[in-house]
Amino acid sequence: MNAHLTRRYGFAASHRLYSARLSEDENRRIYGKCANPHGHGHNYFVEITVSGPIHPETGMVANLTDLDTFVQREVIEIFDHRNLNEEVPAFREEVPTTENLCIEIYNRVRAFPFARLERVRLEETSLNSFEYAGEPSGVFAAGETQETAR
Amino acid sequence: MIYLTRKVEFSASHYYHNPKLSPEENRRIFGKCNNPHGHGHNYVLEVTVAGTPDESTGMVLDLKELKEILQREVMDRLDHRHLNYEVPELEGKIPTTENLAVTIWNYLEPKIQKGRLHRVRLYEAPDLFVDCYGSGR
Repeated sequence: MNAHLTRRYGFAASHRLYSARLSEDENRRIYGKCANPHGHGHNYFVEITVSGPIHPETGMVANLTDLDTFVQREVIEIFDHRNLNEEVPAFREEVPTTENLCIEIYNRVRAFPFARLERVRLEETSLNSFEYAGEPSGVFAAGETQETAR
Repeated sequence: MIYLTRKVEFSASHYYHNPKLSPEENRRIFGKCNNPHGHGHNYVLEVTVAGTPDESTGMVLDLKELKEILQREVMDRLDHRHLNYEVPELEGKIPTTENLAVTIWNYLEPKIQKGRLHRVRLYEAPDLFVDCYGSGR
C-alpha cells in the first residue's frame, strides 16, 4: 500500500512584489504595501509531501535523513535569510509572490530521487498558504514530454 | 460529497530495527531511532470520512459512533503501548509512521459503515505526518 509522507520546514526571507512591466501606479494598486521599495519579510513554512510504496526492509516511503538533506540543499540554503528579488535567479524577472515561490520550490524538489513528489504547501503567514501539485497530466511545461515530466 | 474529520491523540513507544540487517546497517539507516531501549511520541490521528449527509439526520455519520470506533479500534490497541511488542498487526514490520498509518487504515476501513474512509493522517510530530488513502493512491 502507498503512503504519503509530509515533512514541514521553515525559512525566513524578504521580498518585494513589484513588476517592471507595470507602471508605478499599477504596482501600487495591485500589490499595495507589498510594493514598498525596500521590501519586507516573512517566516515561511513549507510542507513537502512525497509518496510511494512502503519499502518492506525499512518500513519507510523515504528515509527522512535523505529528504532533509535534499530539502536543506535545494530549498533552505537557496531561500533562507535571502532577499528573493536580489539573490534568487528565478525571481530576477518573475514577481516573488508566494504562488511563484511555491512553484519554484516544487520544481526544485521534483528531482528528489527516492520518492514521488506529490505536493508543496507553502505558508507565507499563519493566515495564508498556497499549494502546488504540478500540472494535471497532459499539461507539460515548455520542452517537456510525458516521459520527461516525471 | 462531504468530508468529515475527527481527531484523537495517543502516546506510544517504539524503535526501528530490522533483524535481517547488520547492527551497522541498522544504525546507518535508522540512526537514533535504532536505540534498543526505544523512545516515544504523542501521535495525533486525523480520520476523514467521505459521504453524503443523511436526509433525516443531516449527518454523514454519527460523530458519537465514530468516536466509539476510534476508541475501540485505535485507542484501546495503541495508546500507552510499545508498538514493537504489543501490536500483533505490526509484527515483522518496522513500526514507522508509514506502517502505523496503514495499520490504522486497516483497523478502521471495515468498521466505517456509513460513508467511506477517505484518509488517515497520522502526525508523529508537528513537523512530520503520513497520509494513507488505502490501496487507491
